[in-house]
Amino acid sequence: MAVCVAVIAKENYPLYIRSIPTENELKFHYMVHTSLDVVDEKISAMGKALVDQRELYLGLLYPTEDYKVYGYVTNSKVKFVMVVDSSNTALRDNEIRSMFRKLHNSYTDVMCNPFYNPGDRIQSRAFDSMVTSMMVQVC
Amino acid sequence: MEGLTLSDAEQKYYSDLFSYCDIESTKKVAANGRVLELFRAAQLPNDVVLQIMELCGATRLGYFGRSQFYIALKLVAVAQSGFPLRVESINTVKDLPLPRFVASKNEQESRHAASYSSDSENQGSYSGVIPPPPGRGQVKKGSVSHDTVQPRTSADQQEPASPVVSPQQSPPTSPHTWRKHSRHPSGGNSERPLAGPGPFWSPFGEAQSGSSAGDAVWSGHSPPPPQETWVSFADTPPTSTLLTMHPASVQDQTTVRTVASATTANEIRRQSSSYDDPWKITDEQRQYYVNQFKTIQPDLNGFIPGSAAKEFFTKSKLPILELSHIWELSDFDKDGALTLDEFCAAFHLVVARKNGYDLPEKLPESLMPKLIDLEDSADVGDQPGEVGYSGSPAEAPPSKSPSMPSLNQTWPELNQSSEDTAIVHPVPIRMTPSKIHMQEMELKRTGSDHTNPTSPLLVKPSDLSEESKINSSVKFASGNTVADGYSSSDSFTSDPEQIGNNVTHQRSHSGTSPDNTAPPPPPPRPQPSHSRSSSLDMNRTFAVTTGQQQAGVVAHPPAVPPRPQPSQAPGPVVHRPVDADGLITHTSTSPQQIPEQPNFADFSQFEVFAASNVNEEQDDEAEKHPDILPVEKASDSASSLRVAKTDSKIEEKTAASVPANVSKGTTPLAPPPKPVRRRLKSEDELRPEVDEHTQKTGVLATVLASQPSIPRSVGKDKKAIQASIRRNKETNTVLARLNSELQQQLKDVLEERISLEVQLEQLRPFSHL
Repeated sequence: MAVCVAVIAKENYPLYIRSIPTENELKFHYMVHTSLDVVDEKISAMGKALVDQRELYLGLLYPTEDYKVYGYVTNSKVKFVMVVDSSNTALRDNEIRSMFRKLHNSYTDVMCNPFYNPGDRIQSRAFDSMVTSMMVQVC
Repeated sequence: MEGLTLSDAEQKYYSDLFSYCDIESTKKVAANGRVLELFRAAQLPNDVVLQIMELCGATRLGYFGRSQFYIALKLVAVAQSGFPLRVESINTVKDLPLPRFVASKNEQESRHAASYSSDSENQGSYSGVIPPPPGRGQVKKGSVSHDTVQPRTSADQQEPASPVVSPQQSPPTSPHTWRKHSRHPSGGNSERPLAGPGPFWSPFGEAQSGSSAGDAVWSGHSPPPPQETWVSFADTPPTSTLLTMHPASVQDQTTVRTVASATTANEIRRQSSSYDDPWKITDEQRQYYVNQFKTIQPDLNGFIPGSAAKEFFTKSKLPILELSHIWELSDFDKDGALTLDEFCAAFHLVVARKNGYDLPEKLPESLMPKLIDLEDSADVGDQPGEVGYSGSPAEAPPSKSPSMPSLNQTWPELNQSSEDTAIVHPVPIRMTPSKIHMQEMELKRTGSDHTNPTSPLLVKPSDLSEESKINSSVKFASGNTVADGYSSSDSFTSDPEQIGNNVTHQRSHSGTSPDNTAPPPPPPRPQPSHSRSSSLDMNRTFAVTTGQQQAGVVAHPPAVPPRPQPSQAPGPVVHRPVDADGLITHTSTSPQQIPEQPNFADFSQFEVFAASNVNEEQDDEAEKHPDILPVEKASDSASSLRVAKTDSKIEEKTAASVPANVSKGTTPLAPPPKPVRRRLKSEDELRPEVDEHTQKTGVLATVLASQPSIPRSVGKDKKAIQASIRRNKETNTVLARLNSELQQQLKDVLEERISLEVQLEQLRPFSHL
């Protein structure tokens, strides 16, 4: 269902970005890049005092004509950005949330791997397979 | 590489073989896997094979490119033809027959013949190249294994020609590998003298040196570039290739599934699983792993932290990416630490990887922490695909249950218990209403007659059957569903089951009889208060009426006896108090009011009858009857007159019944009450408005007469009535307590169920996505 999935590190560089190869990937990269501003905006809007209460799921960052971009940020300021096709109207918010939850879980598992150095690109096969499952769903 | 000219047949043959060996379609074939098998199948001496390897350049490259592979095949043909192996001989030898691969030929044929069909274990479905015909290979290997210099009994194991066994041999040799790596960092030819142990793998004793050939083989399996030791598969016992095949097949399954049909994939899986899992860890290996574990973590039940494990496995010189993948596979519970089982799995994977086996996508079944100790991996039959879930981020799944691949070892207890409890718990709850009902019945009886619990019930069931159907309808459904598997510690549940199963007198008896003894003697009633039946306080009524006795004056003709039954109901009800608590009290109000539940009225009379019968057998019971009767009579409007009128009749009947009862009195069984009941029924029919009380009175009179110990005096009656009332109240409180307890139970179970459902929801992989 997702057209593009990206994991952005705290310093705003991508740890993992993957999109459906049939499309122009650069476009998705650009969308993800621009969405970072929106993410930062949402984070700062919460206020510093509310960091703990801040919800991890940011919701719809911004919609475009063809796509919608959803965001999710962890407590360590690692951001997940997901681009979904607008035509996929059946996607509910709950589903997006669950997808982000899966992402977060997989990301945590990657972090738990002692052979993974935080800040490296994520090359975990398990993570890949999980993202694939999210992307190759309805489309 | 020298130019290689191939004839068309050769070209085709070679390309087929290359495709066969090129598992991953990378256009280059690692020196392990099918290539080894192929060369084995060529039935060439090991050193020849090594030479071929070297000549074709694979040793330099560390792998077989297509050209290398072709050259190698050509050289095989050359060797098989008896020509000396020369680089030049590739092109110089003309009319070279195609290289003969005993097994490979068959493989080829089977491949062609049964494309993507897996009709025999020797065929796998392959999308292109994949699955090995392990059977064939193994058969070959069985024969070739003699060549392998296995230090262990692996050779013996192989002899049985069971493919299953062979894979196990390689793992034992893996320790060799470690050692050899360190010892033979530099490439070399086939035979490598066993040097001293490597730095970190030194724990490996020399004991495993075994044959040098075998050793040499393993040394080649380090990452290709730095070591040109790929060549040394010569002695790689067929097991290694076999092993490769198996893991390859294991891996391939994931790919196969995407390409081949599901059936073929299943078959492949079955094949691999039936081959007793190449990933199985032998005892030797396990012992070695355990020892290694101890060096890091002395406590075998403890964990190895991720950092220590990282350090340890980094020594194996595998690329970090692969180590990372191995970690992902082996850290079953994703806690960043390795338990003993996880460590063994990781170690095994590292060893396998070092030997050239590709890492599986998912953790093989035999390596799953829960299964490592199991020797029967074949059972788990669960396809490695299923196993693969274990690698998923979510709770690792235990592949034990095919139906729930996503369940991990951490789950089984939870699931089983939850399922069982979830399934079981609701059942009894539903049963409780009926159960309480039966309980009441029973209590009534116990209240009245401890030794004859069944009789009242016998009487009741007939009515009960009517009314209980109301409850039982639910009970039946629930009971039937539950009755099967539900075994609750609560004795009460047994009743519902019984009730649900069959609404028969006997059943009710059996169901309730156990409970007869269950309710402890009811504590003294707090106060005489009428139960829920109505606003009328029958106690008061009775108290009033008792005084009036047989004055015939119905102090309160509260409710017009609307129907024969209701009118009769009070009679039995009143009598009933001796036997049953609430019901009797309830029914007792009936004469004064239209009974809220005709049911009660229905069986109340029977109860009364039964009670009367019972009473006949019991002194105390009998004592109450006269007390009750007068009360009933008093309460009934026509009691006095009727009493006189019906006495005779009653006496007749009771006389008839009494003997019957008396005869059977000692045995609280169904039969006795029935005849009485019938007679009473007929009586009732005859006199719809008959004062049952009078009947009862008559009966009681008879009973009393039969039991002279029970005087029929007003005072006694009063006392008896009060005693009965007290008892009824006691049973009432007991029932109330029971009810509250069951309600509490119900709540608890529901909560538990909700929590389990929530857990299930959280833990279940998001399959809908």
